[in-house]
Amino acid sequence: MDFVDYYKILGIKKDASEKDIKKAYRKLARKYHPDLNPGDAKAEQKFKQINEAHEVLGNPENRKKYDKYGKDWMHGEEYEKARQQQQQQRQAYQQQSGGFTGGGSQGFSEGDFSDFFESMFGGRGATGGRSSQFKGQDLRAELQLNLTDVFQTQKQVLTINGEKIRLTIPAGIEDGQTIKIKGKGAPGMNNGPNGDLFIEFNIVNNTDFKRDGQHLYKTIDLDLYTALLGGELTVDTFDGKVKLKIAPETENETKVRLSGKGFPVYKKEGSFGDLIITYQIKIPKNLSEKEKALFKELQKLR
Amino acid sequence: MEKQNLILIQSICVHYDIDQSFLRELHSIGRIEIYFLEEKEFIHEEHVGEIEKMIRMYKDLNVNIEGIDVVFNMLEKERQLKEELADLKRQLQFYRENTK
Repeated sequence: MDFVDYYKILGIKKDASEKDIKKAYRKLARKYHPDLNPGDAKAEQKFKQINEAHEVLGNPENRKKYDKYGKDWMHGEEYEKARQQQQQQRQAYQQQSGGFTGGGSQGFSEGDFSDFFESMFGGRGATGGRSSQFKGQDLRAELQLNLTDVFQTQKQVLTINGEKIRLTIPAGIEDGQTIKIKGKGAPGMNNGPNGDLFIEFNIVNNTDFKRDGQHLYKTIDLDLYTALLGGELTVDTFDGKVKLKIAPETENETKVRLSGKGFPVYKKEGSFGDLIITYQIKIPKNLSEKEKALFKELQKLR
Repeated sequence: MEKQNLILIQSICVHYDIDQSFLRELHSIGRIEIYFLEEKEFIHEEHVGEIEKMIRMYKDLNVNIEGIDVVFNMLEKERQLKEELADLKRQLQFYRENTK
């Protein structure tokens, strides 16, 4: 367990007055407060440190104890006892939260305190700190799905804090998109509304298609002879095969747009984007003597 | 407007120990909406999260009403820029992969 220098965290001298402490805390809080830095984990971590420093130095009793014993706060009996308690608390919390994390602007109010703080002051902030939320805490979760999973609308049942939540995932959801499930976060206080549950989708492309919103892209190799003379080609689309006619004298990088063969449009049932196919003409390699002779003959005709 | 989704501003003010004038001032600058029903003032539960943020800024960070308005405008601008950046990153990644 490392010693935490709260004076250093707040950037103040050991003999700082209560007013100086408050001023330093407010100045740093205005910079790192999670409400002002949404989604910034580093700022949130920094704010937790600042908050902890303020819990200690902003309270005369805590400050006195910290000044007296802080440096020498070692692995005593008291520390061990506190550590065990803290472990039990953590286990209980993990079971309760079921892998979901409190997040967003409200998560910090339940912020972790360092081992050093918890062993010295025994758990949550001794001064009471900020007032509790009226609205329940928002919960955040990440759900990873394959691109093939989100081609069709699907239903899933998630279990959060023992409660089953039916979730409809509309076809065509984007990577990084978040769905808000109202009122499925932590319960509110004093009849305040429940928090919300935010599920962020992490869509892994497990196909050889490239996706840009509702449109899909694919590059198809085309042999030189088919490109020159034309022909037919069977191509895999996302949900089946299609036969394509190749026009004679097709150029390299020619693009073909297959209307309605792309990805479903989010929340527009039955509406699909396009599949854009790019032909990449492959030049034959390791020509035989006969092939070379024939190509030379063709060259002379040009 | 369904009454069940409305919260008496008094409840929030009691919970957070703030004066009702604070919420009325936020309403007067257009930052929050107050609904009047049966001569009582309510806010919609959808807006409680935002209002709590404003209360934290006011109480914890000492930011005044005008400051809160500026901060929220800038946060909104930041959110839009982040969205735009994420979209551009996605497009760049797409074109990079396509030109390999």
